[in-house]
Amino acid sequence: MTPFRLELQSLSVRYGATRALDGVGFTVEPGTICGLLGRNGSGKTTLLSTVAAFRRPTAGRVLVDGETPFENARVMAGICLVREGGDVLDDRVDAALRYAARIRSTWDASLAARLVERFELPRRASVKALSRGKRSALGAVIGLASRAPLTLFDEVYLGMDAPSRYAFYDELLADYMAHPRTIVLSSHLIDEVERLFEHVVIIDHGRLLVADTSESLARSGVTVTGPADAVDAFVAGANVLRRQELGRTAAVTLHGHLDTEAERRASELGLTLGAVGLQDLFVHLTAPEKDAA
Amino acid sequence: MFDGRDPIYRQIADQIRQDVVAGTLMEDEPVMSTNQYASAFRINPATAAKAFAELVAEGVLYKRRGVGMFIASGARERLTRARRARFFQDVLDPVIDEALRLSIPIADLRAHIDIAALREDGES
Repeated sequence: MTPFRLELQSLSVRYGATRALDGVGFTVEPGTICGLLGRNGSGKTTLLSTVAAFRRPTAGRVLVDGETPFENARVMAGICLVREGGDVLDDRVDAALRYAARIRSTWDASLAARLVERFELPRRASVKALSRGKRSALGAVIGLASRAPLTLFDEVYLGMDAPSRYAFYDELLADYMAHPRTIVLSSHLIDEVERLFEHVVIIDHGRLLVADTSESLARSGVTVTGPADAVDAFVAGANVLRRQELGRTAAVTLHGHLDTEAERRASELGLTLGAVGLQDLFVHLTAPEKDAA
Repeated sequence: MFDGRDPIYRQIADQIRQDVVAGTLMEDEPVMSTNQYASAFRINPATAAKAFAELVAEGVLYKRRGVGMFIASGARERLTRARRARFFQDVLDPVIDEALRLSIPIADLRAHIDIAALREDGES
C-alpha cells in the first residue's frame, strides 16, 4: 500500500476543562519518519490517539491520506497505533499475533515470526504475564509486521533493555527502507532515536513548539564560548536559551541559525562555536521557566 | 562518528572524500548504497541520500543505473588538488596562530620543517 500523508489542521482536543491539544497543525509527508517529542503530559498520546481515530477532535481536523480517519473504515485499516507498553489484547502472544494478522491486509507473517525469535517472545505465554519490556517488544513486532501505510509508535520502547531497543531501531529502519511507509515515533530517548528522523515535531502543554526537518533543527541551536565580554557582545539581541559563567569565561546557548558572516565574526573575536544536540535543545525549549516569558 | 556542528549528511560526505583522498575508496569502485549507510550508522536513509547527492553534484560519485554509486575517475586527483589549494589557509594558518599564542618563534617552526625536509631527502 502507498504510504499515507498525515496532516493536522488546528487540532484541539479537550477533556472537560482541560485542553489536551490546542490548535496543533503540521504535516508529515508520505514515506517519511517523523519524531514526536514532548514532555510527559504534553499531549503526545492524545495526538496519536486522535490521528488513529480512537477519539474525535474537539476542533480542527486530522487528515490521513486526505480523509478524516474518524469512523472511516478505509483509512482506519491503514493506521496502526502501537501504544506504550505494547498495546495488545488480553490473550496469548500467538493469539495476539493471529488477531493482528487477521485485521491487517498488509501483515507479513514471516517478518513477524523472525521478530518474535529476535525479541525472544514466548508464543504460548499470556500477554498479561509478560514483563513490560516483552510486552513492548510484542507491540513493536505487531507495529512492524503490520506494514501499515501510517504506523504510529507511542513510546513503544518502555521497559525494553538497550539491546532490545537497538534491535527495534535496526528492524524499523531496515523494514522501512524495504517497504516505505509513514512512521511517527514518540520517544523520550532522544539521543538514541534522533538520527532516524527526517522531521521532528515538538509539542509542549498541548501546543506545537517546533515542526521542522531534523537537519534544520540540528542547526537551530549553537553554543558560544569565550571571554564573557566578547560572548555577551556577540549574542546581544539573540534568543538566549541559557547562560553559564565560569570565571571570566561565558558559555551561551542560542536558539537561531548563524550565517557565515556571524561565524567569521565569532572566529575573529576568538569565540568557540559548538553544536547543541536535539536533546539539549528539547530540554531548553520545554523548560518550565520558558512559560513565564 | 558524527559530532561537531556540521550536518550529518556533510560529515558522511566528508568521510567519503577523506577515503577517496587516502585511497581507501578507489576510483570506479562501488561505494555502499544509501540504505547500507543508513543501516550501518543507524540514520535516516534520506540523510545518506543527501550526502550522495552532494558528492554526485561535485563529480566525486557517479550513478550506474540499477547498479549503484561509484567513485568517479579523477575524483582523487580533483579532491587532492582542492585540498592542496586550501592547505595553507585551512591547516597551516591555525598552526601558526597557535604557535604565536604560545610564543613559539616562527624561526623554530621553520627549523622544524627543515628537519622534516632533510628526513624526506634522506628517505628518497
